[in-house]
Amino acid sequence: MAINNPQQVSGLLRFITAGSVDDGKSTLIGRLLFDSKNLQVDQLSAVEASSKKRGMQQIDLSLITDGLLAEREQGITIDVAYRYFATPARKFIVGDSPGHVQYTRNMVTAASSADLAIVLIDAENGVKSQTRRHLYLAHWVGVPHVVFAVNKMDKVGFSQEIYRMIEEECSQLARSVGFSNIHVIPVSALEGDNITVKGDRLHWYSGPTLLEYLEKAPAAQDTEVQPMRFSVQRVTRLNRENIRTNSGFEDIDTRGYQGLVISGQLNVGDEVVIQPGGYRSQVKKLLNASGKFVEAVFAQESITVFLEQDLDISRGAMFSDVSLVGQVSKDFDAELCWFDEDPLDTNRTYLIKQTSNVAKVRLQSINQLVDVETLQKSLHPSGMKMNDIGHVSLKSQIQLSFDSFETNPGTGAFILIDEVSNRTVAAGTIR
Amino acid sequence: MNAVLEKIRDFDQAARQWTHLDALESEAIHILREIGAECNNPALLFSGGKDSAVVLHLALKAFFPERLRFTLLHIDTEHNYPEVLDFRDRITRKYDLNLVVRSVGDSIRQGRVRLRHENEPRNKYQTTTLLDAISEHEFDVCIGGARRDEEKARAKERIFSFRDEFGQWDPKNQRPEIWNIYNTRVAPGENIRAFPISNWTELDVWEYIQREAIELPEIYFSHERDVVIRGGALVPVTPLTPPHPDDEIKRLSVRFRTVGDITCTAPVESKALSVDEIILETAQTQITERGATRLDDQTSEAAMELRKKEGYF
Ligand SMILES: Nc1nc2c(ncn2[C@@H]2O[C@H](COP(=O)(O)OP(=O)(O)O)[C@@H](O)[C@H]2O)c(=O)[nH]1
Repeated sequence: MAINNPQQVSGLLRFITAGSVDDGKSTLIGRLLFDSKNLQVDQLSAVEASSKKRGMQQIDLSLITDGLLAEREQGITIDVAYRYFATPARKFIVGDSPGHVQYTRNMVTAASSADLAIVLIDAENGVKSQTRRHLYLAHWVGVPHVVFAVNKMDKVGFSQEIYRMIEEECSQLARSVGFSNIHVIPVSALEGDNITVKGDRLHWYSGPTLLEYLEKAPAAQDTEVQPMRFSVQRVTRLNRENIRTNSGFEDIDTRGYQGLVISGQLNVGDEVVIQPGGYRSQVKKLLNASGKFVEAVFAQESITVFLEQDLDISRGAMFSDVSLVGQVSKDFDAELCWFDEDPLDTNRTYLIKQTSNVAKVRLQSINQLVDVETLQKSLHPSGMKMNDIGHVSLKSQIQLSFDSFETNPGTGAFILIDEVSNRTVAAGTIR
Repeated sequence: MNAVLEKIRDFDQAARQWTHLDALESEAIHILREIGAECNNPALLFSGGKDSAVVLHLALKAFFPERLRFTLLHIDTEHNYPEVLDFRDRITRKYDLNLVVRSVGDSIRQGRVRLRHENEPRNKYQTTTLLDAISEHEFDVCIGGARRDEEKARAKERIFSFRDEFGQWDPKNQRPEIWNIYNTRVAPGENIRAFPISNWTELDVWEYIQREAIELPEIYFSHERDVVIRGGALVPVTPLTPPHPDDEIKRLSVRFRTVGDITCTAPVESKALSVDEIILETAQTQITERGATRLDDQTSEAAMELRKKEGYF
């Protein structure tokens, strides 16, 4: 493991590997961990032992990420496994996501927290339908950057010509899906070419190795430079009964709002609009995660806000910049991905969870389905079943405050929960 | 409108000190606040180990300056190092917390747990005691300090991990967990296990302990101890783990990387007296935390997965 001085780390990069089954996702992660010296001896000897048990001569790097009994029995990845590694430049969280269509919801789970997706392409076979599907889903769920790893270059004699064709095809595909930040890198995960060192078999390639690219790739979108949004997770009523002794706060008798700064910056003295009520107030005090009063807080911080005015504010309320407020409505359109075995039932109500709001919601209409492989849209579909993606209109029981997912993923995202089974049946992005 | 846009464009990215520890901390606090807002009766599983000490610290921060309302639940194997119990009780008093201790020994005496032989490691038997405690107190969520870097079954688990009325985890059918929007809903009798530091590594935990000056039991730091070397691991000499007749007893400088059931938690050789020194050692170590110190997970490739399916932490 590399030594990491927290002061020098340029932060954390969360990425996933996606792509069709057998294109080499697990091998690639194994190679990254192995070559960057992030595997410990006991992990290596465990992998060696299971490689031997399966009658293999060399160690099989893909076994490093293979997890559950059920998966080993079937020889496939069912659910995302998270791995952690570090280089002197950066810390990484990797989600190794499943390739099979029936586990789409687990791939989406992995992608939803990723700053970047590595989409693997088998150089022998090029783009497959599952590649298209993953690319579409990665963009839909808000992954900001994509890099294609054109893998198994050893199988095509490290041919520049073949690489160029695939490079062109993937770049076009990524643009058509909506990505603007696209990179393509030729590699051999199995033999280690261009993962952490370039090697001489790809002499015609002049870009960074995959690891070099990952070390410099931008992390999440710069949420600080968006209009301020703060979502109230919890109201804390501070008084003599519930303040901790020796906290230094014994004399306070007030209400505070605990939550996450979703985007932007909030300063003491700022005027904010509180939705859905539309009240206004000034920020009196800001308590940061370390229990200190500060002048300003920023996106991603978990904080407590105290306001000048005494207002009736509860969980789910959203504080916004006065000049750039979000939308407030019961009716909205969304692009929905259906996860559950039971198809969507428009006669039922579901629960929506968006920021800290939980409310009943009805699906008013299914307007179109998207074929994520051809990008064709079919109008007036009869329903939505597992793994379908569609444009829908929803009506919520209460007023929700939100932005479009495109302008602010933190306020434009939601999940749907089945009230009876309590399963998470869908996720949506507000349009 | 323009003025605001100007202001936010001027934002100086570099001036903001936002480290990976800040990101991990904020994620954990967000998770703990969701639990505080949505769950009826949360229990924080507190063993006195470093991971649970970090989770407790995060929970105290999440609700500061409010008193923490989560019940601390210790599933006691009765195979403890006394320093760990002292620490548990000291911290409970310091923050005026409500501690519930349920012991595997009681489960054995009540006939709920049957041991195969005396002095057997009791980690796996904690499951019964835990499930009994959950139903006795009607906890709807149990907050744990498990991390995904520890073990491969953990690497697959959700942050909010659903358990059915038998406490079972179904790894083939986990709830999707999209963005940071968590589904905390359960029916009566069912339970959620929540893991706020899922995404932390062992090194992150130590760096955070250093940054926040979090208190720990003394046995995490280097001390002299009688041990015997068995199967490559250091086995401490204690009343529960007496030396075999032909064992050679050595007195070594050791520390624990995890603390658990005495009979299956091994120390490592170390001279690290401070958190700084532990961080240096952790950054350079060649072997994982569990590989080095847990004698019970090495028995099979899937030991943890099987235990988790049955309701283990
Ligand atoms: N020749 C060659 N084979 C590879 C390469 N990467 C992966 N493979 C093989 O392709 C198969 C599938 O790889 P795996 O990593 O399990 O794919 P996954 O299903 O995407 O995780 C395995 O037999 C690998 O050994 C590569 O770069 N070159």
